[in-house]
Amino acid sequence: MASFKLTINNQPHTVDVEPTMPLLWAIRDVVGLTGTKFGCGIAQCGACTVHLDGNPIRSCSYPVSAAAGHKITTIEGISKNADHPVQKAWVEHQVPQCGYCQSGQIMSAVALLKQTPKPTDADIDTAMQGNICRCGTYNRVRAAIHTASGEMASLPKSTPKVGKR
Amino acid sequence: MSQKPTQPNASRRDFLKAAGLTGAVFALGCTTNDVHASPVLNLSALPESVELTPYILIEKSGKITIMNPRPEIGQGTFQSIPALIAEELNISLDKVTIRQTGGETKFGDMWSQAVGGSGSVRGGYLPMRKVGASAREMLIKAASDQWNVPVAECTAENATVIHKPSGKKLSYGELAGTAAKLPVPKEPKLKDPAQFTILGKPMPRPDVPLKVTGQAMFGIDSRVPNMVYASIERSPILGSKLSGFDAAQALKIKGVKQAVKVERVVGKNRYEGVAIIADNYWAALQGRKALKVTWDHQGHDTFNTANFEKQLRDLAKSEGVIGHNTGDFDKSFAESPNQLEAFYETPMLSHSTMEPMNALAHYQTDGKVTLWLSTQGGDLARQEVAKVLAIPVDDVTVHVQFNGGGFGRRITQDFASEAATLSKTIGKPVKVIWTREDDTQLGPFRPMTFSAMRGALSADGKAVALQHKVIAPSIDATMNETYDKTKPDGTMLEGTNEQKYDIPNLNTRYVHADIHIPLTYWRSVTSSTLAFAHECFLDEMAHKAGQDPMAFRLAMLTNGSDTKRVLEKLKEVSGWDKPLPAGKGRGVAQWDFFAGLAGQVVEVSKTKDGGISVDKVYCVIDLGTVVNPDTVKAQVEGSVAMALTAALKDGITFENGQAVQANFDKNRMLRINEMPEVEVHILAEGGPTIKGVGEPGLPPLAPALANAVFAATGKRIRRLPFDLEKV
Repeated sequence: MASFKLTINNQPHTVDVEPTMPLLWAIRDVVGLTGTKFGCGIAQCGACTVHLDGNPIRSCSYPVSAAAGHKITTIEGISKNADHPVQKAWVEHQVPQCGYCQSGQIMSAVALLKQTPKPTDADIDTAMQGNICRCGTYNRVRAAIHTASGEMASLPKSTPKVGKR
Repeated sequence: MSQKPTQPNASRRDFLKAAGLTGAVFALGCTTNDVHASPVLNLSALPESVELTPYILIEKSGKITIMNPRPEIGQGTFQSIPALIAEELNISLDKVTIRQTGGETKFGDMWSQAVGGSGSVRGGYLPMRKVGASAREMLIKAASDQWNVPVAECTAENATVIHKPSGKKLSYGELAGTAAKLPVPKEPKLKDPAQFTILGKPMPRPDVPLKVTGQAMFGIDSRVPNMVYASIERSPILGSKLSGFDAAQALKIKGVKQAVKVERVVGKNRYEGVAIIADNYWAALQGRKALKVTWDHQGHDTFNTANFEKQLRDLAKSEGVIGHNTGDFDKSFAESPNQLEAFYETPMLSHSTMEPMNALAHYQTDGKVTLWLSTQGGDLARQEVAKVLAIPVDDVTVHVQFNGGGFGRRITQDFASEAATLSKTIGKPVKVIWTREDDTQLGPFRPMTFSAMRGALSADGKAVALQHKVIAPSIDATMNETYDKTKPDGTMLEGTNEQKYDIPNLNTRYVHADIHIPLTYWRSVTSSTLAFAHECFLDEMAHKAGQDPMAFRLAMLTNGSDTKRVLEKLKEVSGWDKPLPAGKGRGVAQWDFFAGLAGQVVEVSKTKDGGISVDKVYCVIDLGTVVNPDTVKAQVEGSVAMALTAALKDGITFENGQAVQANFDKNRMLRINEMPEVEVHILAEGGPTIKGVGEPGLPPLAPALANAVFAATGKRIRRLPFDLEKV
């Protein structure tokens, strides 16, 4: 066992686990954030997708020791009031069915739009291919990404800092 | 039903306690004694009588809670069922708290809190509306009594009763206390559908905001204090017996506490396993890897799919048991100048819900057990756990969570009873999580079916005789000791005699094949395979007759039928009569079965590198009455995706006794880049008939696709899965 300092959604956590424990189980079982899901354990389905310094990773296959010291973002951390443009677009298009894969879908979509603000269908295919949805929400995922892209384009590039008035 | 007569107040108290609600809360009980008189209840085994159904809780503060008896597995019952109550109660769903029932007997008999067979909305359509209408009438009566004015002068809207002449108002919260003491109306007046504000409209689903923020609680997310985790080593060679195990190395792993034997019960089948108990799931997995287990495979380690398929082909020569017979097939076939024969094959499949099987069970010192589950039936789980543990059903409490997919897999409650047994053995609350490999390899699976088709055309090109002989293992036989091979197996012939074509000589037969592997329902059950054979063979007959496949089908639908309406609509919306450019093709198929009716046209094109791309799917689903059209569209889109995976991806095959496919690398699923455009049209003219939503979009896809491939390439697909790159 060893002690690792994790920064998840800007909150510090110290976890005392085996270095080889995948980040997924540290997040779910130790830290107690259950929005990130277990789907396959071999980085094939994307249900466990989180961001490491803004980049999407499959946390089921990423050892906790390698994540220590990096900035980790989970589904619970992408917005304070469920108002990330991707979340809003997901609601507008009523994307989820069972919803189990959707945390991972959303994390992949957020990362895509950060990298490619105006993705083409081909960009979406490439970025979202690693996320399996058995309910078959793919066409709505695609439509919601386009909607979120449009909304993000109409927002200021970076949120201006609000000073004290 | 066996429910003891209880005083309404006692029952209400129990209920409030169970619901965890305190303070001034009133449950409005409503009779649904007449549910069996309803024409829409042909599927759900709803109770003869429900003494008190506390589906609606109204607090003094005005807060309203509606109980949803049908587990949410992605099909939208978390909205569509409460909506039935809310519509009649004249309240908006976004002001309501929705709670999931857990199979409590007060909500009805077995299956009334389960989801399967596309039955939730059609089963609940009138009973749930009556629950809401009764409550509305009681609230209005309470207000009119208090004001001493005629009931007819009062209306209910937005959770308020209003006396129009005087302008007096009382909220539901203020009225609930007195309303709950009134007699429950036996025949409440239901709203005229023209007045609906929720039903029939594309309404947002209240579970969606929870599912985009990670807040939705699935079974796998449940936790209780002092809980331990378990991973269970079971033989992937199904039917093996445990000879022994050595946990010495496993117990050395940090966090691993214990290794114990545990039994999994799947219908008549019992499978032994060794559970590794640990502080966290990762440790349990590591312990399991270090565990040494020896199995006696009972000869099942020689089973393989290739041999079994050969056996099915050999069995095709058998007569089988007649399922249905109209006219004289043999005579008509023999006399026909134009005969056809073809053999169709489909694979076994896993359900592969994205949330693997899991259960949290807590067997307490008083002999009672509580479970937190992703399950397709809280009532099914309670009964199965009680049976396996040999305890009264009343001693089993189930908290039904959001299901990360169901597709029929979570009708079988083996994961629940196994966890309960384990908790009893170790004396602790335990969360058992199946690995993806466990989930894929251990079944129960969708059965494969092979179909020997024979057909005959008259001299003028009409289908005069059709025989569909199904050669397959049987779901029922693998689950139940009492299976009788001499009787027709309706499930294994599902839909084969339900199509509305005028074929004067129709014969269906079933040839049973023994198998030791457990099988179960998979979304759209046997229709998911038999429609492929049936509707592709009709396409073959159409081509043999030199006719357009759509025209050939419509010509056989001489009587007015829903199928005829579906195909006519499909012909229109798909632009069937407009010629496609060279290299493209379209195919049509429909299927009418217990769950409902849908038809599809699939458009494909040849790709530059010699493959096929699936471009577009047009679907017409016939419902009669629709509750949430957007949910219906989502269900059909999902059915298309699932059917494409079933038609094109790996399926489950066995070698040396075990499934070759264990995870998503070899058991591949459709991905976003492979999803075609889907256009859904809903036929819903209203009326007393309600058809299912969750499954009918699935069976027509494979045959419509294969028929489209034939139209584009001239190659006839008779075996699933097939590879689009190598047609």
